[in-house]
Amino acid sequence: MSPDGKASQSGSAAVEAQRVTKIFGGGDDQVVALDDVSVQIGENEFFTLLGPSGCGKTTLLRLIAGFEHPTDGRILLGGEDISPLPPFQRPVNTVFQNYALFPHMTVGGNIGFGLEMLNKSKQEVDDAVTEMLRLVRMEELRNRRTSQLSGGQQQRVALARALAPKPRVLLLDEPLSALDLKLRKEMQIELKRLQNETGITFVFVTHDQEEALTMSDRIAVMKEGAILQIGAPRDIYDHPSDRFVAHFIGETNFLEAELLERKNGAAKVKFPSGAVLPASLPDAPISPGKVSVVVRPEHSRIATTKKDAVLSGTLENVVYFGTDTHFHFRLNDGAQFIVRMQNARDSGDDFTPGQELGIAVEADAVQVLRD
Amino acid sequence: MSTSVPETGATAAQSAERRAVRTRWLLVSPAVVIIGCVGILPLSIILLYSLLEPAEYAGVVWTFSPEAWMGLVLERDIFDDTLGLSSAHLTIYTRSILQALFTTVLTLIFGFPTAYFIATRPAKERNIWLFLVTIPFWTNLLIRTFAIMLIVRDEGLVNHALINIGLIEKPLAILYTDVAVAIGLVYAYLPFMVLPLYASMEKLDFRLVEAGYDLYANRRRVLRRVIVPLVKPGVIAGCILVFIPSIGAYVTPRLLGGGKNMMLGNLIANQFGTSRNWPLGSAMALALMGLVMIALVIYVRNVTAAGQKSHG
Amino acid sequence: MADAVTQVDTPVRGASSPSPKGRGFDVKRLPGFATVAWMCLLVLYAPMLVLVLFSVNDNRSVTIWTKFSWRWYEEVINNEGIQHATVLSLKVAVVAMVVATAVATMAALATTRTRAYRGLPVVYGIINQPLMVPEIVTAVATLSFFALIKQATGVTGLGYLILAHTVFCIPFAYMPIRARLEDMDLTLEQASADLYATPWRTFRRVTFPLLLPGIFAGAMLAFVISLDDVVISLLVAGPGESTLPIYIIGQLRRGVTPEMNAVSTIFLAVSILLVTFFFVLARARK
Repeated sequence: MSPDGKASQSGSAAVEAQRVTKIFGGGDDQVVALDDVSVQIGENEFFTLLGPSGCGKTTLLRLIAGFEHPTDGRILLGGEDISPLPPFQRPVNTVFQNYALFPHMTVGGNIGFGLEMLNKSKQEVDDAVTEMLRLVRMEELRNRRTSQLSGGQQQRVALARALAPKPRVLLLDEPLSALDLKLRKEMQIELKRLQNETGITFVFVTHDQEEALTMSDRIAVMKEGAILQIGAPRDIYDHPSDRFVAHFIGETNFLEAELLERKNGAAKVKFPSGAVLPASLPDAPISPGKVSVVVRPEHSRIATTKKDAVLSGTLENVVYFGTDTHFHFRLNDGAQFIVRMQNARDSGDDFTPGQELGIAVEADAVQVLRD
Repeated sequence: MSTSVPETGATAAQSAERRAVRTRWLLVSPAVVIIGCVGILPLSIILLYSLLEPAEYAGVVWTFSPEAWMGLVLERDIFDDTLGLSSAHLTIYTRSILQALFTTVLTLIFGFPTAYFIATRPAKERNIWLFLVTIPFWTNLLIRTFAIMLIVRDEGLVNHALINIGLIEKPLAILYTDVAVAIGLVYAYLPFMVLPLYASMEKLDFRLVEAGYDLYANRRRVLRRVIVPLVKPGVIAGCILVFIPSIGAYVTPRLLGGGKNMMLGNLIANQFGTSRNWPLGSAMALALMGLVMIALVIYVRNVTAAGQKSHG
Repeated sequence: MADAVTQVDTPVRGASSPSPKGRGFDVKRLPGFATVAWMCLLVLYAPMLVLVLFSVNDNRSVTIWTKFSWRWYEEVINNEGIQHATVLSLKVAVVAMVVATAVATMAALATTRTRAYRGLPVVYGIINQPLMVPEIVTAVATLSFFALIKQATGVTGLGYLILAHTVFCIPFAYMPIRARLEDMDLTLEQASADLYATPWRTFRRVTFPLLLPGIFAGAMLAFVISLDDVVISLLVAGPGESTLPIYIIGQLRRGVTPEMNAVSTIFLAVSILLVTFFFVLARARK
């Protein structure tokens, strides 16, 4: 697997949004749901649109499905413009957030509906339904009414129904949000398996960063109708290019530092304490001077020697989490900083609030932000 | 259908919207046309009629006359042609308004506890009660009024029972009196009060009632200060739903009131029947409609005010 | 000021008179309300029970019980006037029901589940207009209007009565259909479109089957309302067009007879049956 930037180089993306803008309403109360968004999603990719509610991720999904039409821009499917097509002419299927299973049909009736509408023969429909039921491991529930199913079962039927017509792209609109935690974990693995087995491109919408990190090949982080960053989960987590992305995904420490003049490639930042560390730069061009940087809590530790200490501050609070412990610091310049350290068997409660301590930061852990 | 110019997403959105608008109007037009032509247009015709002169044998003569509107409350003396207040009409108006008010108040007194009782039953029992109240709501008013007739007749059940227990010797004349009409109206419109009251009580949040008791209110005060204000929209809806049909009632006064105890509905119908004064009947009908509209406006005002209060 | 004093006093009073032993304080109960409710039920049903009871009484007097008999029902069945009126009532009710339900279904489809559009409140107003005007006003207005048309065209017939019934049946048919549509999940139709169903097939395979209970309920109400109507029929019906209620009210003018009990009971039974059916349909929503 090469998770990184797979589609951006290849010529034909499975789905592509070109400079798409979507405005709802008119006059004084118009809402810009998507603002000049472009994105390419590759064949066989598990692509996630991640963001808080109202960021435009669902709108983008509905534009691809055809339930909304773009105000401006184009939606391409395999290189062809599908913007003018109604939903029922697009080889794209959706798994709805509330599943939207037809209550007046059986499980089999639901799964076969799409193929029936494509005027396939009865035999073909039957075979496909059987195959799909096997795929989601529900063979024995074929003639059940959908109202008699549990949440997890309904979820599987919704998946099978959307996969049965073998769409070019499967769209999933927060399909796991109605499930409890345990079932959600199971379904995450299940979804990943289905994607591998069917080889269909999945476009997945969620506001749950953990879900996005676990399942995706690539993630697009969205905010207020714009895509802030696209990248593989690791990339997004370790090298957020934007304050919002860093904040939205995982826990982060924000610090002020000075970006030094670049000498032979590697960028370096200087902290108020005087310490100089190598740093990663965002995609955007950035000039030397005052910058904001982020350091993940688990990429730092309490310094054991004076030499390691890049930062220093007063320990204010110690929060025990089982697998690890969080140390809340007030740095000497007034900023807050959290250090996360794994709990080894022999680590005692060596540190007590009120102590003055040094903080060490791993090499390559400093990420400069765009703003 | 499809044009040769390649469609973009934006034009597709526009044409989809246009199609949706066309379908929408196509779908509503039959209902709008039927009701518009046979429900609303006739109202403007009686407005026109009310400004004309009556023809000798039903219908109208096409000359303008304000006589009909004046005739609502005035009458010409047969001998000297002077105008005076029409006591016959005024009596009927007063009777109609009083009967309607009485019916509204009485159905509220009976309906409120009933609706509250139903709303506080467990779900299964509640459905049975609701069903039992709904049945009379939809069953034929004429037949239900006829059933009341059987009860209040001189030889009816009430008199029979009273004579049997020795309370009276001669049957009480209840039928063909205002009392009979009042009984009939209350009986007829009781379900019209209970159902809207129930609808608003069903939504009552009993945590608020608990809060009332928690803050030292006794049962009467909880009822007056918490429950009644919260179900006020239902009370108003119920009152309107009873007041409007009872002020224009026709069947009940005709069967139970006889000729002497006419109400507005019968008076209007008479102008189109034996009295052969269509313009006067039209004017009366419009006056009644005006009265009902005023009641509806009060209702809408009160409900929106109550809604704002509970949201604010 | 006085309020504050009472409020401080009350808990002490409350504590000194605890609720009866073993029974908690029921916040929902209000004393006397149950009695009133049962009384209302009695009042609503007692007259109808009397009617039913005396319809199977052998005696010609409608208040003295002698013995059980079907004789009045036999007389009703053999009564030509009643036969005539029943057929006419059914004819009018069926046509009015079919037209009103079809028209109301279309209107409901166009007035629900859309963003508010210009003219929507006007459409609501028009559809509900027959409910807002007193029946007697509608009756005389329709009578005047039809008289004008009859005079102008010379056309007469049952059509006028049916049309008048259709008008006031539309809002009643519209109510349950609209309620059903508003309860319906919009994403079901989107899911259907997503699964390659054209708009027409979506309507036939998804919307319509799900709407069917609402349509039945609406038809039921329209039928009952048409069957029950007295005032509008009385004024609008032409000579010889006596519906069953008109026939009954005409007979009652001549005095109460046991046949009237029997025919009323049959009428009552039909209404109750239809309403029960409606109730079951409306409840079968979930």
